[in-house]
Amino acid sequence: MKHWHGWISLIVLAGVAGLTGCKPSGGSDADNPIKIGEYASLSGKEANFGISSHEGTLLAMESLNNAGGVLGRKFQLITEDDLSKAGEPATVVNKLVSKDNVVAVLGEVASSRSLEAAPICQQNQIPMISPSSTNPKVTETGDYIFRVCFIDPFQGTVMANFSYNTLKARKVAVFTDVKSDYSKGLAKYFKESFVKLGGQITAELDFNGGDKDFKAQLTAIKASNPDAVFVPGYYTDVALICIQAKQLGINVPLTGGDGWEGEDLVKIGQDAVEGNYFSTHYAPDVATTNSQKFVADYQKRFNGKTPDAMAALGYDSAMILADAIKRAGTTDGPKVRAALAATKNFDGVTGITTINEQRDATKPAVILQVTKGKFKYLETVNP
Amino acid sequence: MHTRAKRFLILAILVAAGVSAVSAYFNRYYLGVAIDVGINIILAVSLNLINGHTGQFSLGHAGFMAVGGYTAAAITLAITPHLSGSPSVVLSGLLFAGSLLAGGLLAAIAGLAVGIPTLRLRGDYLAIVTLGFGEIIRVVLQNMECVGAASGLSGIPERTTLFWSFGLAAVTVYVIGCLVNSTYGRGFIAVHDDEVAASASGINPTRYKVTAFVIGAFFAGLAGGLFAHHKLFLSPTNFDFMKSIDIVVMVILGGMGRTGGVIVAAIILTLLPEFLRPFAEYRMIIYALLIILLMIARPQGLFSFGRTKAA
Repeated sequence: MKHWHGWISLIVLAGVAGLTGCKPSGGSDADNPIKIGEYASLSGKEANFGISSHEGTLLAMESLNNAGGVLGRKFQLITEDDLSKAGEPATVVNKLVSKDNVVAVLGEVASSRSLEAAPICQQNQIPMISPSSTNPKVTETGDYIFRVCFIDPFQGTVMANFSYNTLKARKVAVFTDVKSDYSKGLAKYFKESFVKLGGQITAELDFNGGDKDFKAQLTAIKASNPDAVFVPGYYTDVALICIQAKQLGINVPLTGGDGWEGEDLVKIGQDAVEGNYFSTHYAPDVATTNSQKFVADYQKRFNGKTPDAMAALGYDSAMILADAIKRAGTTDGPKVRAALAATKNFDGVTGITTINEQRDATKPAVILQVTKGKFKYLETVNP
Repeated sequence: MHTRAKRFLILAILVAAGVSAVSAYFNRYYLGVAIDVGINIILAVSLNLINGHTGQFSLGHAGFMAVGGYTAAAITLAITPHLSGSPSVVLSGLLFAGSLLAGGLLAAIAGLAVGIPTLRLRGDYLAIVTLGFGEIIRVVLQNMECVGAASGLSGIPERTTLFWSFGLAAVTVYVIGCLVNSTYGRGFIAVHDDEVAASASGINPTRYKVTAFVIGAFFAGLAGGLFAHHKLFLSPTNFDFMKSIDIVVMVILGGMGRTGGVIVAAIILTLLPEFLRPFAEYRMIIYALLIILLMIARPQGLFSFGRTKAA
């Protein structure tokens, strides 16, 4: 009992120690760079996405700075890793906003992590742009939260139309990752649209992201005899699902959303993913001038690596932010927010982008097919 | 001695309240990390009662935290819209205390429900059962539409302040410290040291184990409530297996059954990743290496100052 006070005074000490850093005072000088915060999953299970997105953003910032920046000031990108882990984004974005005093925040790919950071940006009146969180809830947090990608309902609808019209499928099985809200969202809107078109859902089965064995569910899917299978999952799971589907003799096409896009899909899936389709935000082989310049710049900067959708969206998010700051004529949060909300027909790498009233982007989607281990552009679907 | 402990408890709460009153002047990032420290102290000290003092290896602490966090958040979210205008500080404080308490109690009930059938098991078996429980909670939450399912519960108002975080950490340390050092509390240590000998001396090991489990779960539930009103967003992945492991690491690093050491470990393990931020991608490697080195250097726990381990 006698060392009691020791423990309690420790707690007090910890509290005081944690607070020693007080907010440095100081307004923004015209010579200072414009600080932009970015939080991304640079390590952990969705690092593939996070790194691509970060590289796109980095490239945009560098090319903006080479062109002299905006408002006569250069940009400084401050990037923090959130380890793909829940609980981290809140801490990291708090740091960016309170310690680094950034004027705007870019991130994240995963919707659940964007949702965690969004209230902090909203509270501090710092505009936040998510490059590729497709869940509708993200921008519902408040009027400071934007995104430069389309949302799940649109993607689900696009794939339903594609399955019905292009693939001529009439009976489709849906295989959902119940652990992920992204997957559930896509599945929901796919089913609604597909049934409305006159199609039939033959089977609805679930898996948990991270599972290794899908044979039980795939056997049931095979028994329902579909024309196509819609698998709105992430690339690592999808690759395994494709392999096991092939082993079980499911020879109909598998389709999915932008979660499929990752180098590992082909690396793990090999031949099994060949010929399957997915919708996404961007295809490097689309022949627009913007896109071709972006691909060339990206390959030059990152040792010949071909950019994927996350990279293109990361790039566009930074470019749209820079455009808004330029139009606002200031880095003041509320004014940048207003300029962002007024973004119209921005000619980005991923297509013509308009920010709508819900602060979501209205823009086209593309459909890709896995051909000879590469993602090949098939068609563009306008909103 | 008790009066002295009490005096320090009151002092700690007063200091927490005092510092909290001026916290508006602090940088929000440091403030946030400081609140995290308080929450982690509650988690580590309460797990220490189960894993350290009573010697039962539980891997389900994040599960109890989830029960408390979701309960408290759901109550706050249900009540807040019915309040007319902006409620006074006292009223919202009382409501927050009530929701935290409800979260803690529900977590304690969960602890009881898990504890009664499983605490007849020992060692590895118990670890596996509690691990299973933590996963069940997570999967249930993932599928409960009323709390947002996989997309998480958002829009939780900010209620956790430095006062709540450190005030409750002080209460936790006080309650668990007094309990372990009481006549009744010796039973926990007896169960830890030798179950057979303890039951031969008239101690019912299962009852003691369940008691430790319920109390530990209660405080984990409180910490969950604080966490929910601090991060303002809850998702089931907050409370996965790795979260339980994080807390277990704090207890092991601090020294099983040594409250002082566990507190220091909770502080270090919360602050260390923040200090290592400048190292970017090497951060987690350095963090892991430091833990390995500490464990090799001090297998008995980081700081075993203070009282020597009882018995």
